[in-house]
This record gives sequence, structure tokens and C-alpha cells, in this order.
Amino acid sequence: MLRADVQVRLGTLDLDAEVDVDDGEVVAVVGPNGSGKTTLLRAVAGLQPLDAGRIAVGARVLDDPAAGVFVPTSDRPIGLVFQDHLLFPRLTALDNVAFGLRAQGLRRAEARDRAAGLLDRVGLADQARARPSALSGGQAQRVALARALATEPQVLLLDEPLASLDARTRLRTRAELRRHLATFPGARLLVTHDPVDALVLADRLVVLEDGRVTQSGTTAEVARRPRSAYAAHLVGVNLLRGRASGDRTVRLDGGVDLVVAEPVPAGEVAVAVRPQAVALHRARPEGSARNAWSARVVGLEADHDRVRVEVTAGSAATVVAEVTAAAVADLDLVEGTELWASAKAVDVAVYAL
Amino acid sequence: MTDRRRRGGSRPPWALVPLAAVTLVFLVVPFVALLQRAPWSSLGDRLTDPVVTEALRLSLVSAFAATGLSLVGGVPLAWMLARTDFPGRSLVRAVVILPMVLPPVVGGAALLFAFGRRGLLGGPVYDGTGFLLPFSIWGVIAANTFVALPFLVVTVEAGLRGADRRYEDAAATLGASRWTVFRRVTLPMATPSIVAGAVLCWARALGEFGATVTFAGNLQGRTQTMPLAVFLALESDREAAIALSLVLVAVSLAVLVPLRDRWLAG
Repeated sequence: MLRADVQVRLGTLDLDAEVDVDDGEVVAVVGPNGSGKTTLLRAVAGLQPLDAGRIAVGARVLDDPAAGVFVPTSDRPIGLVFQDHLLFPRLTALDNVAFGLRAQGLRRAEARDRAAGLLDRVGLADQARARPSALSGGQAQRVALARALATEPQVLLLDEPLASLDARTRLRTRAELRRHLATFPGARLLVTHDPVDALVLADRLVVLEDGRVTQSGTTAEVARRPRSAYAAHLVGVNLLRGRASGDRTVRLDGGVDLVVAEPVPAGEVAVAVRPQAVALHRARPEGSARNAWSARVVGLEADHDRVRVEVTAGSAATVVAEVTAAAVADLDLVEGTELWASAKAVDVAVYAL
Repeated sequence: MTDRRRRGGSRPPWALVPLAAVTLVFLVVPFVALLQRAPWSSLGDRLTDPVVTEALRLSLVSAFAATGLSLVGGVPLAWMLARTDFPGRSLVRAVVILPMVLPPVVGGAALLFAFGRRGLLGGPVYDGTGFLLPFSIWGVIAANTFVALPFLVVTVEAGLRGADRRYEDAAATLGASRWTVFRRVTLPMATPSIVAGAVLCWARALGEFGATVTFAGNLQGRTQTMPLAVFLALESDREAAIALSLVLVAVSLAVLVPLRDRWLAG
């Protein structure tokens, strides 16, 4: 169980974030580059001392400047998988995994024996004598994981675990990593800027922006109700801001009125709409899609057989509609096309900020 | 087509070629001259002359001893300079480099004032124990170390600065103590620079003249190293000087050539 209240000033970064991870839980810290993700991990690992705050694993305090407590990295019950793995280049895969056991004072033969077992568990028994330079990215990642787990830490940290892999390896390695992570009983904290990694690997997300936690919740919660533009982009939904009047209507900043399924209390609200729920029409639509507004196309972006069409929503915002390539052709869409956009009331999520 | 392009890519700008050629000639001609003047017929006798064998033995022993001492003391000093931040670090670095810049004779004189019979440290030591550093093989080794050590420290410091410190972080997260991190991660990463530094250090020690002659004197069989013997022979017996020089060239090549590709090129 990890309890981290991390306050660090480092250059232009002003990090002040609280992250708790229970045993058996996988938490992903997501955020743009420079938001302080890696510094957060380094602080938990003891590679970056806190300026203020407190880090504890279970009942054991690891860093607490106010109390004068600082446990050095080598004495922390924490394993860390680095972004580019950092396998020791002169050691074999086996000796990389055995390194921590040797450092704990185990005899060479015994350390190698246990390391061999760990390599076997990640399916790399046949690569035991390979040097890191001879391993593929995915294999190196698994060796790094086995190495971090060899010393049986209580907390496992992963820094951008899949970022250094190419797209194809990534897909397979992600599934493997999910399986291997599931076998580790302790707390797992990973940082990533990749939404898919976060959604696939984690139970809970912590969104970190500019050194502050802007949202924290289960992946489903964040996906349904993102609280910041970054989080909305991360989970791929349109996030708009508006004002609820107290009944079932919301006026967006910029002047479009939307009807929603459930009554919302009056006040400032966030409105989330998935791109797939936004429909585009040449003429004003009739029938069930009651929320319709006059819009203009401001951008088009192809994504396989789908096209992401950015259209205006009032004068202050835009939303992305995801439609088929055929629909783009039928509607004869180009930048500047005037049309109608609509979203069903049930597809519009409204929540207080 | 691709072949021509590839050759074209490695073709130097024309202006560089004559300059490179002149430089090469300047480096090679002295050795050719040395070989050309070599007394080949009497070489065997000259090389087994006790003056030569004694000088060679002294040179090799003191150069290797100086390299060993420089490694033992210089690697920790390089680590301090590269990895720690202490007040006056730039001053310390300047002091370390000083023997590289100083005329060796000045270094030898400074060593005398420090470790001579009436020197700052040598005086009390002599009064207490009767041990005297100058004018002994220990003096030769001290002079060699003083002059050659900076080459090792500077090279290893650069190597340590260039090494990726995150490997040391990784070792720490695996529970390695600072000493284990140094021994099993830092040292292996710095090995190429340590080898390169040791070779430079050894070569500098082997050729040492000024500090040695000032601090240790020129006592045949006790402190007369090869360079001193060559200098002395030039006055009296030119052919002996050439023979001695050839031995030094051969020894230097024997050490440098095997190391060249593996450690010194990269």
C-alpha cells in the first residue's frame, strides 16, 4: 500500500500531487510531457528527495522532510521499471535479473537459480545468456520487469513501460504486461502519456497536469466524465463547458442550447459527448435527435475508414464528430461547409465541475 | 552508382589532404632516420649491455608502478571531481591539471622541496625513520606518478561524466549499496576511459625525464631510466643512444598497438 504526498520544486516544475495505491491495485498517472509524472515516480523511488509531503509504504515512512526521515533508494521496498529498461549492458539477461538478489547478499549460484525461475515466468528462459543488445524491445522490457520483481518489492513502479516499443511489439507486449502485472500482489503505479496503456493496464487513473492532480478515479469514471481538456482528449471525448439552468437544458459557452436526459442542478457544468454520438446532416434533422445546432466544418482528419470532422458548436467551441468516409462523400464535406450537427440527449453527459 | 556515392561521401575536402600528408611525413621521418642510423650489426651486444638492461628494467618497473599508483589514487579523485559538488572543486581540478602544464623540471624541484631530506614532509620523515624518497627508485616512481597522474584523472573524469547515471539509479532501486553501485555499475561503465587513461599515464611515465632527473638524479642502476640513459649516451656514444631509442620505440609499440583498436580508437 503506497501513500504518496509529493511536493517537489525542480526547475520550472512545481509538483504537488497526492497518489494512493492499494495492494493489488494498478494506478496509472497520465499527463502531458513535463507534467511531473516521472519526477513523481523518482520521488517515490527515493531518487528525488521531497521538499515537503510524505511517502509511506504500509506503516513504514520512506520520506518525510518535516520529520527528518529519508530512506535511501537502496533500502526502499520498491521496484522500478525504467522507460528504456536500463538493463546493464555488460551483464547477461540472467545476471541482470540476479543483480538485485546478489546485492541483497545472496550467493551467486542461488541468485542465478532464482533469476532463472523469474526469466522462465516471463517466458525468456531461452534468452538467459543473451546480452541486452541482443534482445528485442519487448524481451528487454520483460527482463526489466523480472529484474524489478526479483527482490520482491512491495510496490512496483513503471515509467512509460511501453513507450520505447514500436507499434506492433507494443500491442503484444501490452497484453503480456497486463498478464504479468496481474501476478504481482503489491501496489502498482505506472506513468504513461498513452491513453490506451492507461485504460488497458490500470484500474484507476490519476490525471496530472502541470504538477497538479486534475482528476482521479476509475478508468470508467474518467472516460465518462473527464474533468479537463487533457483528460477528455485522453479518453477521446468532446468536452464542452456551459451553464445549467436548473431543469434539463444546458446553454454552452458560445450559445448553443442542449437538452439532456436527466435534470441537472443550476450552475457551471461540463458537457461530454463522444465523437461517435455526434451526427452530421445537410438539413435540419427531425425526430429523436433533438439537440441540433447549425455548424461549420473547421477541419477533417482521416483515421482508417473513419473520418474525424471538427465542427463548430456555437461561437466559442468545437466538437469532433466521427463519421464514415462514405458519409463525408455523401455530405460533400470540405472545410467551411455549413451544415447541422446533432447529439441525442441520452448521449450527452452533464456534470458539475 | 551507389558505390560511387558511397566513395564520394568519404572523400575529404581537397585542402585537407596536403596538410594531412605533411603532418604524417613530419611524424614518420624521425623514426625512419632513427632506423637508418641504427647500428644493426652490433645491436645485439648493445642491447644486452647491463647499462641498457638496467635502464630498461627501471623504466618499465617505475612506469608500471606509477600507472598502478595513479589508478589506485586517480580513479577515486576523478570520481570526486565528476560526481560530487564541493566548494573549490574548480580549484582542485586546476591543481590536478597543473603537472600536465608545468615544465617537468619545475615539478621535480617542487617534489624536492616537499619530499627532499630537508623538505616540508620529507624532513620530518627522514629525521624520524631515516627514509629518503629522492635519489632512489621510489623517487623515480614518485616523479613519474606526479607527472603522469593528471592524464589518468582527466580521462577518467571525462568518461564518468559521459556515462549514463540512470544505470546507477537502476542499481540503487535493486537494493545495491553505494559501494556495490560503484563496483558493479560505475566502474564497468568507466572501463574504456580507465584503460585509455592508464595507457596515456603509462606512456607519459615511460618518457618522463625532467622531474625524474631533478628529483631522483641520474644514478646508473638506481635511478637512471631509459630517457636519461639516451640523453647521457647522446653525449658520449651516439650508437648506444640510437639502440636505446629503438628499444623505447619497440616497447611503446608493443603496448600501444594491441590496445589501439579496442580502447583508443572509439
